[in-house]
Amino acid sequence: MAVRRIELMLCTGTGCVAGGAFRISEALEKEIQKQGLEKEISVIITGCNGFCGHGPLMLVQPDGIFYGFLTPEDIPFLVQEHFLKGRPVKKLMFSPPEKKEPVPLLSEIPFFKKQLLIVLRNRGIIDPEKIDEYIARDGFTALEKVLTSMTPDDVINEITRSGLRGRGGAGFPTGTKWKICRAEQKMPKYIICNCDEGDPGAFMDRSVFESDPLSAMEGMIIGGYAIGASHGYIYARSEYPLAIKRMNLSISSAKDYGLMGKNILGTDFSFDLEIRQGSGAFVCGEETSLILSIEGRGPEPIQRPPFPAQSGIWGCPTVINNVETWATIPVIINRGADWFSKIGTETSKGTKIFSLVGKINNAGLIEVPMGITLKEIVYDIGGGIPDNKKFKAVQTGGPSGGCIPYSMIDIPIDFESLIEAGSMMGSGGMIVMDEDTCMVDVAKFFIQFTNDESCGKCTTCRDGSEALHKVLTDITNGDGKEVDLEFLEEVGNAIKDASACGLGTTLPNPVLSTLKYFRDEYEAHIKERRCPALVCKNLIKYYILPEKCTGCKLCLKNCPPGAIKGELKHIHIIDQSKCTKCGTCLDVCPPKVSAIIKVSGKEMENITGIEEPYPVKRKGGKNET
Amino acid sequence: MAQLTLDELRKKRKEAQKGIYLREGKYKSKIIVHMGTCGIAVGAREIVTAFLEEIEILTEKDVILTTSGCAGLCSMEPMATVELLNSPSVKYGNLTTDKARRIFKEHILGGNIVTDYAIGIGSEKGG
Ligand SMILES: Cc1cc2nc3c(=O)[nH]c(=O)nc-3n(C[C@H](O)[C@H](O)[C@H](O)COP(=O)(O)O)c2cc1C
Ligand code: SF4
Ligand code: SF4
Ligand code: FES
Repeated sequence: MAVRRIELMLCTGTGCVAGGAFRISEALEKEIQKQGLEKEISVIITGCNGFCGHGPLMLVQPDGIFYGFLTPEDIPFLVQEHFLKGRPVKKLMFSPPEKKEPVPLLSEIPFFKKQLLIVLRNRGIIDPEKIDEYIARDGFTALEKVLTSMTPDDVINEITRSGLRGRGGAGFPTGTKWKICRAEQKMPKYIICNCDEGDPGAFMDRSVFESDPLSAMEGMIIGGYAIGASHGYIYARSEYPLAIKRMNLSISSAKDYGLMGKNILGTDFSFDLEIRQGSGAFVCGEETSLILSIEGRGPEPIQRPPFPAQSGIWGCPTVINNVETWATIPVIINRGADWFSKIGTETSKGTKIFSLVGKINNAGLIEVPMGITLKEIVYDIGGGIPDNKKFKAVQTGGPSGGCIPYSMIDIPIDFESLIEAGSMMGSGGMIVMDEDTCMVDVAKFFIQFTNDESCGKCTTCRDGSEALHKVLTDITNGDGKEVDLEFLEEVGNAIKDASACGLGTTLPNPVLSTLKYFRDEYEAHIKERRCPALVCKNLIKYYILPEKCTGCKLCLKNCPPGAIKGELKHIHIIDQSKCTKCGTCLDVCPPKVSAIIKVSGKEMENITGIEEPYPVKRKGGKNET
Repeated sequence: MAQLTLDELRKKRKEAQKGIYLREGKYKSKIIVHMGTCGIAVGAREIVTAFLEEIEILTEKDVILTTSGCAGLCSMEPMATVELLNSPSVKYGNLTTDKARRIFKEHILGGNIVTDYAIGIGSEKGG
């Protein structure tokens, strides 16, 4: 390959592609041609860089300069200024909200500074569609090491000593799982990579396969060697076309090189991989259910034990691990258990990927050492809450995780601390909530999700979630009763105790944790018919402040159901009987005027909306009343 | 593609590493060619090409080439700055492609400053 002086590492993860990354690459190619720079500069397509909230984006190497929010129109200027004349373009760099000067280097941007990349070691560095680039970054050195100098038991011991625990949710020690499977007499044995990733908003696993598919695959091959399996499956969500395309490409190039298939690297170890696409149901991600689905049967969790490690696909011993778990394996083999176990906390070793979303300035995908505090994640990496709003809570652990309140912001992120706080690690979803979030509404949202996704086998899970949902709906509608809170707790605990699979045993978490930390919000809904966050539609009214309204007619023109009465220079009135509480009026009322407010509870009583518009009277810019 | 043996895989890795060296931030020396309008007008781009061709034939890729804006000495263009790890940077002026190739061999590879063309040492940390 001919040398270049500049490589443009352009993110083509799902987020940036949705933002037009391929139009950026076209514009770049075109301008590079036009300036005659094609022998000096190349555009490299990479997977998700993590800073998705700033996409489309790219990293300029070897300078290390980061450009975000790119549009095709920016490109000609950028190419001429920076890539031809060597003057980096400030306006396309990252600027922290509070500072005027941009931060040119990616490595200096706070979002990246506190991250530690083990699983995502190659993100943004390699083209995920070129096996040679993976190989260049020490790809398959772990496999070499295993095949030439380690017995299967050595491999299992190393993984056990590293302290690695599964990243798919439950945190089961990976080495122990492998050991159980290796001890089984029955043959053949199987390896599965769980890439079902059903949590709404989560994209950790997708991102690994989009940015570095071979890392997880190398882990699987090593796992196959360790337990004595020669066949593996990747169970992938069918909504992940780009990840699946890159899996397919990787499998065929690994086979071409003899790194997969028969007699790998000339040894007598053989291993093949196959991709299976999931049906999309959340419960398919549960391991026993996933295995039934691979067998071609309807997904439905079955009681364990026996565990898949003893009896999995077609009753054969099967090791199933999460994508992140698999992608960690080669690094542990290469760098050793001692190195790995120094990272993290006493019980949770290594790093974890989180998708940081919600009310946060720097949304994206992050990989951090276990034990980092929630505060560091939200403020240092995430850059805090937008619009100077107050931080209220973080929901971790996916739809059946719990909400951790601001008062616990110093909590270290590890398996045990999160469970103690009434939440869990789950697969790494992290949703940040600000003061405008109603915690009862949040609980209702997640229960709705798990209720929809319950397979229906256990009465507690199926009917219990239904009952929780009904009561939460009542409360948010203003029909709650004081006994409801006890009921929620009782039913919640019963579902936890009596359901067969992890979906049932965890689904009450959002309710129980919000009841624990935000009981006052529940009580306000019930006792005062008040939604403190001003979210629940039945408990709020929109109101136009007469002393502020200028009679500009903007809200009137924009109100979808035509609920606003008014004339030019007249105080406008909302007809409460017609208002659907869509919030449009509040959005369109000019910020300088800000005449429209939301009220809840007692304040609603006098707002009827039956008066008629009357003229605005004002002197010296102020209203007379 | 025939299946790789262990040795072939290792060879392939060495080869492939040359393809991604720009991204790993590991290099021993850096050449900065000044690419102001004035520099480009008098041939700075040919200087870039000459340096790139020299890098191309290296087996150990540890030299990077970047560009920067006008250095403020338009009469000395085309100019380039050479930075070797742990030594002061050296600025060269009035370059031609032949001079560039000589600088590459003697200074970058050999570690000896080409005093004939040097116009300043340790003056500016370009980049
Ligand atoms: C309802 C439910 C959904 C799950 N979804 C996933 C999933 O999407 N991805 C995943 O890796 N594990 C999921 N799990 C956990 C798996 O059952 C299993 O524990 C995991 O794949 C094991 O891999 P690990 O040890 O590497 O974490 C789910 C569990 C439950 C109960
Ligand atoms: S707990 Fe829920 S999802 Fe799990 S098996 Fe029972 S009914 Fe199905
Ligand atoms: S909230 Fe919506 S429906 Fe109600 S008055 Fe405002 S714009 Fe109209
Ligand atoms: S998709 Fe581009 S940064 Fe995540």
